Amino acid sequence: MNDIFNLSRRGFLKTSALAGGGLVLGVYLPELSSPAEAAQQRVSTFAPNAFIRIAPDDTVTILINHSEMGQGTFTGLSMLVAEELDADWRKVRAEHAPVDSAYNHVGYGAQMVGGSTSTWTEWERLRKAGATARAMLIAAAAETWNVDGSSCRAQNGQVVHAASKRQLSYGRLAEKASTMTPPQNVALKDPKDFKLIGKPIKRLDTPEKSNGAGIFGLDVNVPGMLVAVIARPPVFGGKVKSFDGEKAKAVAGVRHVVEIDRGIAVVADGFWPAKLGREALEIAWDEGPLATLDSGMQREQYAELAKQPGAIAKKEGDVATAMSQAAKRLDAVYELPYLAHAPMEPLNCVADVREDSCEVWTGTQFQTGDREAAAQAAELKPEQVKLHTTLLGGGFGRRAIFDCHFVRETVQVSKAVKVPVKVIWTREDDIRGGYYRPRTYHSVSACLDAAGNPAAWQQRIVCQSFIVGTPFESVIVKEGVDEVAVEGASNLPYDIPNLLVDWQRAPGGVPTLWWRSVGHSHTAFVVETFLDELAHAAGQDPYEYRRALLGKHPRHKQVLEFVAEKAGWSKPLAAGRGRGIALHESFGSFVAQVAEVSVSKEGKVKVHRVVCAIDCGPVVNPAQVRAQMEGGIVFGLTAALYGEITFEKGRVKQRNFHDYPMLRMNEMPVVEAHIVPSTEKMGGVGETGVPPIAPALANAVFAVTGKRIRRLPIRAEDLRKA
Amino acid sequence: MLKLKVNRKDHVVDVSPDTPLLWVLRETIGLTGTKFGCGMALCGACTVHLNGEAVRSCVTPISRAAGKEVTTIEGLSTNLSHPLQRAWIAEDVPQCGYCQSGQIMAAAVLLRENSHPTDAEIDDAMSGNICRCGTYQRIRSAIHLAARLKAKGGAK
Repeated sequence: MNDIFNLSRRGFLKTSALAGGGLVLGVYLPELSSPAEAAQQRVSTFAPNAFIRIAPDDTVTILINHSEMGQGTFTGLSMLVAEELDADWRKVRAEHAPVDSAYNHVGYGAQMVGGSTSTWTEWERLRKAGATARAMLIAAAAETWNVDGSSCRAQNGQVVHAASKRQLSYGRLAEKASTMTPPQNVALKDPKDFKLIGKPIKRLDTPEKSNGAGIFGLDVNVPGMLVAVIARPPVFGGKVKSFDGEKAKAVAGVRHVVEIDRGIAVVADGFWPAKLGREALEIAWDEGPLATLDSGMQREQYAELAKQPGAIAKKEGDVATAMSQAAKRLDAVYELPYLAHAPMEPLNCVADVREDSCEVWTGTQFQTGDREAAAQAAELKPEQVKLHTTLLGGGFGRRAIFDCHFVRETVQVSKAVKVPVKVIWTREDDIRGGYYRPRTYHSVSACLDAAGNPAAWQQRIVCQSFIVGTPFESVIVKEGVDEVAVEGASNLPYDIPNLLVDWQRAPGGVPTLWWRSVGHSHTAFVVETFLDELAHAAGQDPYEYRRALLGKHPRHKQVLEFVAEKAGWSKPLAAGRGRGIALHESFGSFVAQVAEVSVSKEGKVKVHRVVCAIDCGPVVNPAQVRAQMEGGIVFGLTAALYGEITFEKGRVKQRNFHDYPMLRMNEMPVVEAHIVPSTEKMGGVGETGVPPIAPALANAVFAVTGKRIRRLPIRAEDLRKA
Repeated sequence: MLKLKVNRKDHVVDVSPDTPLLWVLRETIGLTGTKFGCGMALCGACTVHLNGEAVRSCVTPISRAAGKEVTTIEGLSTNLSHPLQRAWIAEDVPQCGYCQSGQIMAAAVLLRENSHPTDAEIDDAMSGNICRCGTYQRIRSAIHLAARLKAKGGAK
């Protein structure tokens, strides 16, 4: 999913005047040259985009089509526009774009955010939008002054005519500019002239996130709105057999009890009565085929599947022959659990369904799908649905769902009770609500030649697919292999002449989904810890061992060398501490990390320091690249140290932060995030800090204890001193 | 009918006495800066001050707040002038931002009681507040900065 989509330069532009003055600039982006190319590049047709609004008071509002969920799109994407617009940064505001195909992701053909793609996919489109607006503002000023446009220049929100010492602000020029003919081909700045891009610019949304003013989905209030909580089946795939809502209705404040597709909704004056009402519901469930699901039994099932060959994701050379001739052979099994995203803001949605319209407010990563789903549930056309994107209290993939269930169910409830309704998920609903990172079981073997170099590597991955059966199947599943199940393993960067990676699809049932860094969240752990085992078996330093195998991958090698230097890899550590290194490419970026840990007698792991280096190509906002590395490391540490969703009698055992814990302040290591200067292809940052941390941590634990971690989360009992 | 003072303003609310303060603030009074995260006092997103003490409003029945003074994030300052808010902006702390009201309200009590907390004291005071985006390192720096800003302000 890393290829840069080829945006043709054959764009054309359109403008329209805003009611009340001001300029709205739309940039139409082109169709690709042939249907075959379009299909290959997964680009659907482009429609008009309006990204910039300039008001008479000089405020420049950037309409952001990649939801702000903490990753910094409000700031980073605004910088792209403002740079080429030569806007006054102090006058720049960001807000979420409405839903329109004009705002579709250029790679996904739908309005959505994910895959660490927001910056690089907008790199050209948004800069062009800014440059075009600038050209039109200059043209407007030149006409006003009756001078040649080439004698005027834009700077800091003004058009200046130096010869006559005249200047006009963008706000004053906006209305006239909107009548100018947009230029066909605008020149973009030479990167050496960038004033914003590449600088550590502070986030635009910090003030509203420091005084409670920012509006998240949960904060939306609509006149006449009621609040609902929903009783959903205790077992995935279950259904309501029968229910009695009388006791729930008897709770003061409860207004309605209604059955919807996914369960029973209790609708009340507020959250508290709705929750008490749900507790008073009497429901008989048909638990369905997963009623006996048990994590221990599932483990045996996965182990059995791992004995059978799967669909081949990667094959090079002849693994079997190499194994038979090997000087040394290693075999290992790695296991990783289901994981919940657990964004701090539990899922929620507000819907107001009327006879001929439907309005939806929610923090979503998938506007196109959600609007479609709302229309279906309301029995209306998509154009009758107005969807407002609020701030997202974390996403991590959980808010981009093909079935759009959290929107669909809210629309169903509002339609049933005929008033605006906010559905709130409790933390328990969230932890037990499914759509997990899939559980995985990896069976790995490798052999070394006489010099200790890896001669063959064989990896079988067993896990569910959340792509098969969705609209993305045709582009992500190739020759029977779900790419996102094997990504990070099927493209090993190391020089290993014989390679076989295959995939066994585990049976479905438990809803699974992309979870920050997707397949890389498990493949990086397995690849980078097993490679460490090979280095140890070869009697070599794990950093030098990797480095020697990266001859064909200079970006990998450079970032590895960079982190080793910054971490002081060759320098001695304090007694009782161990150091581990890991490297991983994902979403077009290359990240290496070194973790320093100690392990107590009781087997408790303490992470002291993490040094991180990223090569993500040209950097738009280094401050946010570093923030994403810091955040990704915490996200990955939480998973490695604590994260695990398990099943007993079909039910999820965990329910809240006491049994699905998060890393806390007292466990926070010192994180040093470094950016490797690079002019290579631009990659992503939102997810790429996550994959290397679990293996770096596990390798550090090995360095200090001599014990290999082959299943996550790390368990104290595995590390306790005898 | 229950009386309470929120951000120096009197309110009379008509809700069941077991209703958590969080929902009275958010739904009855309309102050949505205080967030719902867990409902079990495990994450700190709902932290407010009750007579000056940091409490988890998601498990504080409104009956306990009756007759008392509540301060929420909206009452910390009217113009982002509180040293913690200035420090949060200077250190670029928030990512998604959802937990930050609770973080700031917890930090405000810490700073009131300890004008120059050490890292260990910050750990003690702030470990009840979860940030899923992982902004802890910046929260720590921002608390140290706020302590310096506050000391400077006090010297004037």
